[in-house]
This record gives sequence, structure tokens and C-alpha cells, in this order.
Amino acid sequence: MINKQIESAAEAVKDVFDGATIMIGGFGEAGSPIELIHALIDQGAKDLTIASNNTGSGEVGLAALLKAERVSKVICSFPRTANSTVFPDLYNSGKIELELVPQGTLAERIRAGGAGIPAFYTPAAVGTPLAEGKESRTFEGQDYLMEYGLKADFALVKGRSADTHGNVVYSKTARNFGPIMAMAARISIVQVNEVVDPGAIDPEIVVTPGIFIDRVVQVATPVHESDLVAAGVSYP
Amino acid sequence: MSEQAQIIGWTREQMASRLAQDIPNGSYVNLGIGIPELVTRFVPDGHTLIYHTENGLLGMGPSPKEGEGDPELINAGKRQVSANPGAAYFHHADSFSMIRGGHIDLCVLGAMQVAQNGDLANWSTGKPGAIPAVGGAMDLVAGVKSVFVITQHCTKENEPKLVERCTFPLTGLGVITRVYTDLAVIDITDAGFQLIELCPGVEFAYVQERTGAELLPIA
Repeated sequence: MINKQIESAAEAVKDVFDGATIMIGGFGEAGSPIELIHALIDQGAKDLTIASNNTGSGEVGLAALLKAERVSKVICSFPRTANSTVFPDLYNSGKIELELVPQGTLAERIRAGGAGIPAFYTPAAVGTPLAEGKESRTFEGQDYLMEYGLKADFALVKGRSADTHGNVVYSKTARNFGPIMAMAARISIVQVNEVVDPGAIDPEIVVTPGIFIDRVVQVATPVHESDLVAAGVSYP
Repeated sequence: MSEQAQIIGWTREQMASRLAQDIPNGSYVNLGIGIPELVTRFVPDGHTLIYHTENGLLGMGPSPKEGEGDPELINAGKRQVSANPGAAYFHHADSFSMIRGGHIDLCVLGAMQVAQNGDLANWSTGKPGAIPAVGGAMDLVAGVKSVFVITQHCTKENEPKLVERCTFPLTGLGVITRVYTDLAVIDITDAGFQLIELCPGVEFAYVQERTGAELLPIA
């Protein structure tokens, strides 16, 4: 019998090792697996490379992981937010490396990583500073840049429901990077509001098939990052 | 000079309204953050546009009332929005397939600089100490069929935003087709900036003076 459910967020992240590459889902707070991130802070792994669209808000979730100085590099499209100085302070003091990637290129690099495609060509960023040092090629008269697929040791993502086989459905625009990150990581961990028995999710509406998910953790009432930021919470 | 005399040109709302008249009925449209977001308010009666937001929603509707939104239903500016009947959610790789694959008809963006050859700079001043952040702008300009800019004609320091060559780091090469400012509507053509329409009460010479490259008059 397959059962991917893990007792707790702490148990789900316990084997994250120093130097690991971790993809973290979310676009702003939507889809950010905040309970898994807090468990990772408690767990203590350091020198991490994080691939995520943003760098977090306030001093909770992803921003708290950065503030705890566990992260040596971020791969990111938009590392600025209106209400956090954590990343800018680290970046300006030379304590963190940034690989800035156009958002669509970041998504496709992750998708390619999960799909067994080592590299691909994209028209995005041709002629810009982000093209520097990249191989280019012309197809049918248009220039393209070569970009590499991206893989990770772990992915932390947030869904709405999963069954014990790891089939996941998401909530609205909280889906964002979740499905592709789940494909691209060796060990993919999803937190969901509810875990159900196999058969409870109509196969027609499964978004991430269970083959891409290794661990399922139930967080029945996840906190909203914006509520914590508004309350001035600093984790831990 | 009286205060009245200093007010010249279209307001932000009038700029957005002017642009909205030019979007064909039924278009799939991606709107950037800021003035572009105002466009939704001025779509002509009887026209339906389908709004795409790159974080995974096609069929985006207006922002809900304060306290009635869902933190998991947001737009690319991270503002809470709604989903219209007929909307669809999808993941990021699909979203940017819509963009890069040429499926989105029109994108409306803000700008720091637009060059007479259609080059756009809108993500970084390149100043030391600034945190570089690009988001989806480079993918949008590379893949969307038609890219309009909506912007004030000049910066707050009265520097022209329409220039011969961009001095800020580029977002894309030759990607802009039309610019809507507070003073005029201007097409990017092989010959350069081609005036299409002046804001009522604004003289050609006034706009040329505030443009960093030759402006071709209406023939």
C-alpha cells in the first residue's frame, strides 16, 4: 500500500542537508509553503541554494529563512518587496548571491529540469544585460538565448488537497510554480489543507500526478504570510 | 503662470481611456502594474477583453472589496483580484507558454525609456545599490504579439522618456509598437517616432520639445 503522508512538517524536512538546492513555490504569499519553510528553519540546514520567484515578506517564511543566514544563493525573478529589507540588506552587504532570471525563463528552466530537457532556447532577454555570457543562436531570423534546465534536491510546495498517493490539487493562483517544482526536485514535499484517501480526488482534476510527489504533510489551517507580517511577527 | 495654465495634457485616466479605445473586442490582454491597470475601467461598452495575469489566471476580474478577497487569488502586482465566469487557473510554465508562444494579443506596460527603434527599458536604472528585479517583463515583450507603452511623456525631473537610444538597461530590442503619453499617441515606425494624435490643446512643438528624438508630424 502506498502512503506518502508524513506525520509533521518537521519530519518531512528532516533530511535536508547543508548545501542543498531547494525550490520553494509561491508568488508573493500565494502558494508559499510557510509551515514547511518554518520547519526548515527549525531543522537548521545551511548554505542552501533557493530557487523561488520572490524573496519573501517581512521576517516570516522565506524572508525568515534568509534572515537566519541559511541561504548562500537565490535564483529568483523579482527579489524586491515593498515590506521587506531582509534580502536587500543581505545582498548589499555581500552575504548572498543572486542569480536574476526572467520569470518565464525561470518557469521553463524548472519545467525543463523536471522533463529531462538539459537546455532550451528562449527569445526572452535577448539584447539585455541578462544575456551576457549566454550562448545564442538564430532560428528563422530571430535570435534566442540558450538556458539550462534547473533541478533541485528538494521542492517545498503548497496545495489545497492531496491523496495519500501524492495526487495534488491547488488553490487558485497559489498553484503558480508548485506543479513544475514538484517535477524538478528529487524529493518533493507538499503541504496541503487536507489529505484524502485515494479515489477521493477525481482523476480528471488532478493537477500534479502523484509520481512527482514524495511526501504529503497536512497543515489544516495554514497561516497567511500577510497576516503574520501585519502582526509584526518575526520567525522564529 | 496660473495653476490652470500649468495643467496640460491628459490625466492618467484619460490616457488609459484613450488606449482602451484601440483594443480590439475579444483580445487576450496582459496589463502591467500602475497606469496599465487603469485600462480595465475604460473598455468600450459591448467589448469583452480577457485579462491574463502571468501568475496563473486567464479571465481576471476586478479587485474585491476590502476584506472580501482571497490571499490566494492575486494578480502579478500581488493585489487581490477576482476570477470572471469562464476563467482558468494554470501553472507558471503554461502561463509563460501563453506569453512566449504568441497567444496573448496585447501587453500594456509602463516604461522608463522607449527608443525610436522600439527598444524598451523598464526594469532597472542600473544604479549601484539598486536591487535588480525583472519579473516577467522580458518574457512579455519577447513573446506578446503587440506591446503598447503607457507612460508620462517625461520623468518627474522633466527628462524625456522617448529617446534616440535607451541609456538604462534594456528589457527588449525593438519590441514596442505604440506609446500613449499624457501629451500624444505615437507609433514606432521604421522611420522613428510617428505622431498619431495630439492631446487636445497641445501643440506639436510642445511635444517635440519634450521628446528626445525627432517626432514625425501627422502627414
